[in-house]
Amino acid sequence: MEDFWAMVLAGLKVWVCLIVALLMVPAMFGFSLGISETYMKILVKILEWATLRIQTVNKAQQILKSSSFNSLVQRDDGSMEEELRGLRRSRPKPPVGGDFTLSDCFYFYRRGIEDIVEDEVTQRFSSEELVSWNLLTRTNIDFQYISLKLTMVWGLGVFIRYCILTPLRIMLASIGLTWLVIGTTAVGFLPNWRLKSWLSEWVHVMCYRICARGLSCTIHYHNKENRPRKGGICVANHTSPIDIVILCNDGCYAMVGQSHGGLMGVLQRAMARSCPHIWFERADMKDRHLVAKRLRDHVNDKTKLPILIFPEGTCINNTSVMMFKKGCFEIGGTIYPVAIKYDPQFGDAFWNSAKYNMVSYLLRMMTSWAIVCNVWYLPAMHQQEGEDAVQFANRVKSVIAHQGGLVDLSWDGGLKRAKVKDIYREEQQKKYSSMVVGSEEDRSGNSD
Amino acid sequence: MGSRASSLLREEEIEEIKKETGFSHSQITRLYSRFTSLDKGENGTLGREDFQRIPELAINPLGDRIINAFFPEGEDQVNFRGFMRTLAHFRPIEDNEKNKDPTASEPLNSRINKLLFAFQLYDLDRDDKISRDELLQVLRMMVGVNISDEQLGSIADRTIQEADQNGDNSISFNEFIKVLEKVDVEQKMSIRFLH
Repeated sequence: MEDFWAMVLAGLKVWVCLIVALLMVPAMFGFSLGISETYMKILVKILEWATLRIQTVNKAQQILKSSSFNSLVQRDDGSMEEELRGLRRSRPKPPVGGDFTLSDCFYFYRRGIEDIVEDEVTQRFSSEELVSWNLLTRTNIDFQYISLKLTMVWGLGVFIRYCILTPLRIMLASIGLTWLVIGTTAVGFLPNWRLKSWLSEWVHVMCYRICARGLSCTIHYHNKENRPRKGGICVANHTSPIDIVILCNDGCYAMVGQSHGGLMGVLQRAMARSCPHIWFERADMKDRHLVAKRLRDHVNDKTKLPILIFPEGTCINNTSVMMFKKGCFEIGGTIYPVAIKYDPQFGDAFWNSAKYNMVSYLLRMMTSWAIVCNVWYLPAMHQQEGEDAVQFANRVKSVIAHQGGLVDLSWDGGLKRAKVKDIYREEQQKKYSSMVVGSEEDRSGNSD
Repeated sequence: MGSRASSLLREEEIEEIKKETGFSHSQITRLYSRFTSLDKGENGTLGREDFQRIPELAINPLGDRIINAFFPEGEDQVNFRGFMRTLAHFRPIEDNEKNKDPTASEPLNSRINKLLFAFQLYDLDRDDKISRDELLQVLRMMVGVNISDEQLGSIADRTIQEADQNGDNSISFNEFIKVLEKVDVEQKMSIRFLH
């Protein structure tokens, strides 16, 4: 009996030594031993093989898979004016009164039915569908038995992911977070020397690196020369809370957000001790002037770290970029846009907060194959003469969308939960009215 | 995501819907996927609020009338069959269907049925005629606050005058068809479905 426990203890010691040597030391000092690269290579080979098997079996059985990748309807991208003019071509224009025909409604009906079948917005709030299955149960749209080999590989995958990788990752994540709290608190006790800020940055980056290993993240940074500098604001598209880990692996940022209680609160307070972050009370967040003032003060102090902000305000599924809220674009600082694009083949990083809470989301992350993403640092942008905050925000948004290969939408991410504002419907009504009675200028021109 | 949604739709049901509506197998499974993603309550039916969650539909001036078309008289939930039946009106008319057996019942996407669908969107109280009041109400939905009551009234009057043939100051379905006989209904009331 005692021998058994002695063996277990020895095994644990070896395990811990391996973790420290192979994972924590490289994380602390920022070099890589190549273990994850090898893992990724093997994974890619297996997924390619799996895709090929599925395709050959589908062809053999002549199963026509409806490709959910493409749209279901082909739309006419005509404007309201063009479409209505087309509808009215079959009758002469009435001389006076108003240009209305019973067939005008066809335009609205068709648009409405097209939107019911497929719309641009609601699909952004749920995970992207994959082109080919990646051996995770959660992405399996059509369960179909393909072959014994594939099922065995899938079963092996389940075992590896749940029994080997997940416990490892959970342990790493907890070590990372604990070390973050301890390290930042310790650094917080030092007086304000240059050493303090250097140490604080090192502690932050190290802990985020450990957390990244805890999620098996593989991150490719591009254009590092454009990395955000002190006194600026870094804006990025938002897909999940992991975005913070991704960005902080390569630099230190000041966070902005609501102060929470509980575990998050402990983390926030510890981080704030070693270097200034901007945490707001819930009530203060509504006060836009207060928020703007604090941001402006932080930005104007050139020794402080760049602020990290996600102007979408909510998590989107990484196929598009939605409306940027103009708050941080009014401050007047330098904006450093960053585009983040995850590779959905290895793991879906999108946090569907309606479906999963934080804990189940993190568990889903830890039971995926890996998180692979690309980060592009884009050149700094400033607000130009005669450009208001909204136009500036849209300009930055389109730059990010273009780089990341994402669809550029002007719809508000808040539509995930809130209803669309009536003002947009009123715009549509106004547009149609001008086609019925002509615009204001026409009317004043014709009045006697 | 659809996840296991398509496995909940049985092959026999797909065949029945295919016969009734004319959609292809893959279109039906795709639309079922869409139906389940709209069905937030996951109870197999859609209510009006499920449709209103689509922002583009919510800003459509006639959005409420379109949503109403899915719900039969007095009901406020629609199942997948009802959903498909309504969507079928917007399927394009294919050439091979035009020469079908004339004794077979009218397909849902025929010209007559498309026109009937549009007629029912105007006919708010479902009494088979469009009265001046009903026309005014629909017009008001389309133009919002941008046109005065008098002007809207005269537009409605003129429209009824042009269409009305039996002098009852309202538009019946046959009068409706006559007014729109030159309009390319087949193209304007159809959506191009892919696959």
